[in-house]
Amino acid sequence: MLEIKNLHVQLEEEDKQILKGVNLTVEAGKVHAIMGPNGSGKSTLSYVLSGKDGYEVTDGSATLDGEDILEMEPEERAAAGVFLAFQYPVEIPGVGNMTFLRTAVNSQRKARGEEEMSATEFLKVIRAKAKDLKIDADMLKRPVNVGFSGGEKKRNEILQMAMLEPKMCILDETDSGLDVDAMKLVADGVNALRDEGRGFLVITHYQRLLDHIKPDVVHIMADGRIIKTGGPELALEVENNGYADLLAEAV
Amino acid sequence: MALPQIKQDATDARLAALDMPQGGWAQPAREDALARVQAMGLPNARDEYWKYTRPDTLVQPDAPKAALLESDEALIFGEVDRLKIVFVDGVFSAEESDDLSMAHVTIDRLADAPDIHWAKDVYGVLETRGQTPVQRPLATLNTAFATDGVLIHVTGKASKPISLIYRHESEVSDAILHHVVKIDSGAEVTLLENGPAAARFNKCMEVEIADGGTFHHVRAQGRDHERRAATAIFTRLGEESVFKSFTLTANGVLTRNECVIELTGDNATAHIAGACVGDGDFHHDDTVFITHDALNCESRQVFKKVLRNGATGVFQGKILVKEGAQKTDGYQISQSLLLDEDSQFLAKPELEIYADDVACSHGSTSGAIDEEGLFYLRSRGIDEGPATDLLTIAFLAEAVMEIEDEGLQDEINSRVEAWLSRRRG
Repeated sequence: MLEIKNLHVQLEEEDKQILKGVNLTVEAGKVHAIMGPNGSGKSTLSYVLSGKDGYEVTDGSATLDGEDILEMEPEERAAAGVFLAFQYPVEIPGVGNMTFLRTAVNSQRKARGEEEMSATEFLKVIRAKAKDLKIDADMLKRPVNVGFSGGEKKRNEILQMAMLEPKMCILDETDSGLDVDAMKLVADGVNALRDEGRGFLVITHYQRLLDHIKPDVVHIMADGRIIKTGGPELALEVENNGYADLLAEAV
Repeated sequence: MALPQIKQDATDARLAALDMPQGGWAQPAREDALARVQAMGLPNARDEYWKYTRPDTLVQPDAPKAALLESDEALIFGEVDRLKIVFVDGVFSAEESDDLSMAHVTIDRLADAPDIHWAKDVYGVLETRGQTPVQRPLATLNTAFATDGVLIHVTGKASKPISLIYRHESEVSDAILHHVVKIDSGAEVTLLENGPAAARFNKCMEVEIADGGTFHHVRAQGRDHERRAATAIFTRLGEESVFKSFTLTANGVLTRNECVIELTGDNATAHIAGACVGDGDFHHDDTVFITHDALNCESRQVFKKVLRNGATGVFQGKILVKEGAQKTDGYQISQSLLLDEDSQFLAKPELEIYADDVACSHGSTSGAIDEEGLFYLRSRGIDEGPATDLLTIAFLAEAVMEIEDEGLQDEINSRVEAWLSRRRG
């Protein structure tokens, strides 16, 4: 599904290479986790895949079902099925959460040539999904992420993911800033979306999120490359021994 | 003191082009205003409060030509149940207006009000009070020469809004209207205004609010690109009274909206807000003066401007807290969203405080679209154009939210949306 080949990325403003040849394939129906120390390029990878400005791809490719996504605008990637759950969801004062979500759902439908969702249908669907994530009516009405707690923001990200039903879900440190209960809630939300046709790339520092969202494959990223790939046991190894051994091994 | 020659000449030329309506109860006020405007002279670019806005086209004897807007869009407030009063190029249209009778409200016209009239205690009176410490000669000119206007006396709770509709049909019309609103103790009314009115419009409104009275005002200024408008509101608030005014301005080559608010009764509330969206040849000026002269009053000034393609926004807002006006709560914010590097926003916030137990805050900012927010919206599949529109509407929200009635908020928001999507083409 998602195929990343030899991806090299540098910051547009300075001549600084962040990704130095990332190779990664996420198959439909699988959950891949990427772990790695600070500054290894994990978040950069998620931004480059979703189309954030400020990064320059100097080599390599990224395709979703064979389509080159790096050439697409962020909204085109979204319509093609890429979704990034932000590490720091952005607050947008003045735009109601509900308005935002309905505009997003219908923009994507329109881009794909599908019929737009009616207000009634949308309301019915969002209410059911919000309930599962313990998101109350008030949170739906409030401006996007404004005044939300850390946990509420992350739950709101998962709600968006549930409404948009993307093919490829990228979760950038969705566990950061969450207490145990909130993490469980978020993980349940993600697990509910696990599906044969959907791939996940879960970026995290810590193994604990992976207790709840069981990955099929775990990658270790350091200095802009994937240095080791393995099964769920790799995450446990990191939890017990830290990254030092793995990094030493890779050199 | 004699006026500088250049100002004298400009004032003489303008006055020579006008005829003062004769007779009736307003005659003394008109003559007094004529003497005052002769003494102070009409504004020019050297005047302190006209530094950022060139007054010459507002002062010159004839109105500069203004093409009529061609639009098949329905007019704003069309869905609102209201009492309609229509002026075409400043001339009352009985045919298009509703019957002027309504429970708890009497409405007369300045042009045909009887010889003895309650409005004489307000007409030109609040305007005169509003000349100190800053002179507002265009309003004084208005008091002297206004050809018509409405005199609204509210004695209870009005059952529906009064809606002043200003149509523009002549490319060279020069309209001068003067309204008086008197709200009795405990009475309440909502006044709506919309439309360009004329090629050049000089409008003055005096609003006297007695103890416990409430005045809501929502205005959408006309969208004709070349129209010019100089408007002034003068209001005086009694104890526990409420004044809330909001203005949306989209288009118009020149707009100067002044508002002079005097809080004279304890526990009164005055909110004045404005949202404007300007593209290209657009100059919009909000000039506000709020005087706190009573205990425990609250005032808010919330002005937001979206500018692009060389549009200019001006904000001059002052809060004066007089000695003894303790527990004043004054808030003032003026912000611009500059959609490109050619547009400019000029702001002059002023505070002058003579009481020691007050809370006054003010802020003024200029900024571009928030890139983080824009990426967030786009990453969810919303195209750049609509995403920018959403953020623009969000930027204006704080001002629009000053309108209490949610239906009217929606009317305003839908106008802004239409304007934005038209601009995107």
